[in-house]
Amino acid sequence: MKQRSLFDVISPIMTGPSSSHTAGAVRLGLLARNIYEDIPEKITFKLYNSFARTGRGHGTDKGLLAGLLGFNVDSENIKNIYDLPAAKNIDYFFEYEQNIDRHPNAVDFILQGNINMIISGNSVGAGNVEITKIDDFITNITGEYNTVVLFYKDKPGMISKVSTLIQKENINIASLDCDRNARGQTASMCICLDGEISDNIIKSISEIDDVYFVRNIKKLEG
Amino acid sequence: MEYSISTFDKLLSVCKKEEKQIYEIMQEKEAFDSEITVEEVREKTLKNIMAMKSAINNGINSTEKSFSGLCGDDCGKLSARFKIYPSLFGTLFEDITKYALATMEENLRMKKIVACPTAGSCGIVPAVIISLSKKLKLKEDKEINALITAGTIGYIISAKVAMAGAVAGCQAECGVASAMSAAAAVYLLDGSNEQSVNAAALALKNLLGLTCDPVAGLVEIPCVKRNAFLAIHAITAAELSISGIESKIPPDEIVDAMVQTGQLMSPLLKETSQGGLAVTKQGILINRELKLNI
Repeated sequence: MKQRSLFDVISPIMTGPSSSHTAGAVRLGLLARNIYEDIPEKITFKLYNSFARTGRGHGTDKGLLAGLLGFNVDSENIKNIYDLPAAKNIDYFFEYEQNIDRHPNAVDFILQGNINMIISGNSVGAGNVEITKIDDFITNITGEYNTVVLFYKDKPGMISKVSTLIQKENINIASLDCDRNARGQTASMCICLDGEISDNIIKSISEIDDVYFVRNIKKLEG
Repeated sequence: MEYSISTFDKLLSVCKKEEKQIYEIMQEKEAFDSEITVEEVREKTLKNIMAMKSAINNGINSTEKSFSGLCGDDCGKLSARFKIYPSLFGTLFEDITKYALATMEENLRMKKIVACPTAGSCGIVPAVIISLSKKLKLKEDKEINALITAGTIGYIISAKVAMAGAVAGCQAECGVASAMSAAAAVYLLDGSNEQSVNAAALALKNLLGLTCDPVAGLVEIPCVKRNAFLAIHAITAAELSISGIESKIPPDEIVDAMVQTGQLMSPLLKETSQGGLAVTKQGILINRELKLNI
């Protein structure tokens, strides 16, 4: 296990009743929102294992939707999320599955709209979460760090180009994970940063040849 | 502070070397790791203390039932009795049990609480720290130190196991909260660093194997009452520890035992509501009436 912060143990200040099944769900929703960067037309939430078994009693469904709509873990709106106009304007569905290959508290966000995307994550305890996959790519997004995610064509020199741009602002890279579906095909990079990166640098990264997709996913509050 | 503190051994040796208390080491480490100042760490901690206090204040005056209708009026019952028949064990006992129930009942009403370490165990640490501070007439500064001390215990345990019932059962939630509170209580009672860690060890050791089998998948039965029990449990551990009673098994090895116990525990007893209390005749009946589970 990775120890991150004292405030993973004390906090978040949140709306009950469960840190993993309510607050964790909200934070997963928030991260999915930041990754998708748009309001989808249709969302299917696929809940696994304990999330599926005990989610409703914990408000996991409400939490996931609230996060996706941009509400934070301490929002009083979580409780009544289905009654809010924002929730009434989109189609959402819940599916439940038992699968021992998945984390006990796992969820897939199946997002459809201008672009289609599947985002997978886990609620790992005490309100802490991880986004483990975007489509078929492995990621490491926890909301604990400002994180840059990009998809690009797998070819030599890409890591160096990106890290050089980040270096311009003297920002320390806390971790860097790469993945690819096959040699020369699409690859992904997930970069956790100690500081905050400017929009200019993000723009420059997106202008590198053969970079298809860039997101700057801000650290979650609380 | 550029080193990791992932065991109790390491924590105590750093404290000794630097001649500092647990909270001092932890606040410096947190400041370094999160790129903020020690003052900001303390401000963040204070924010959590304030939120804990308002949850207690709101909860103590409310008898609103939870969404399920199963829980929500226990703190009210306790307060009503204590008003007429004060507890034999004194006002401190009254406050600890009331604060734990008040906080947990706010939680199940979907009101604001502080997960510490989790929402299902949110009543234990505030009950111990706030009631002891009131009894000893301590300043806010001490409460901050105590909460950082408590957090340090959870921080170290989290190096080995996730604090989630779904991963390791309730020993990893209320068990850890009780251990955290025991260490904080020792700090507030002017015990040593070693006694704080030992108290946490004693508390955790006594809760190994605690399962997470909530009825109908709700953080209500047995969670609410368990918070009151385990807040008192923490005080027992603190009293034993300050008296020089030591855990014969070293603290780090107790955490190892907890991790192993969590791995051996059936998934039916880890927040899936498929075993234990959840599948008692009454548990199933409640579940059926609420129709919350799939």
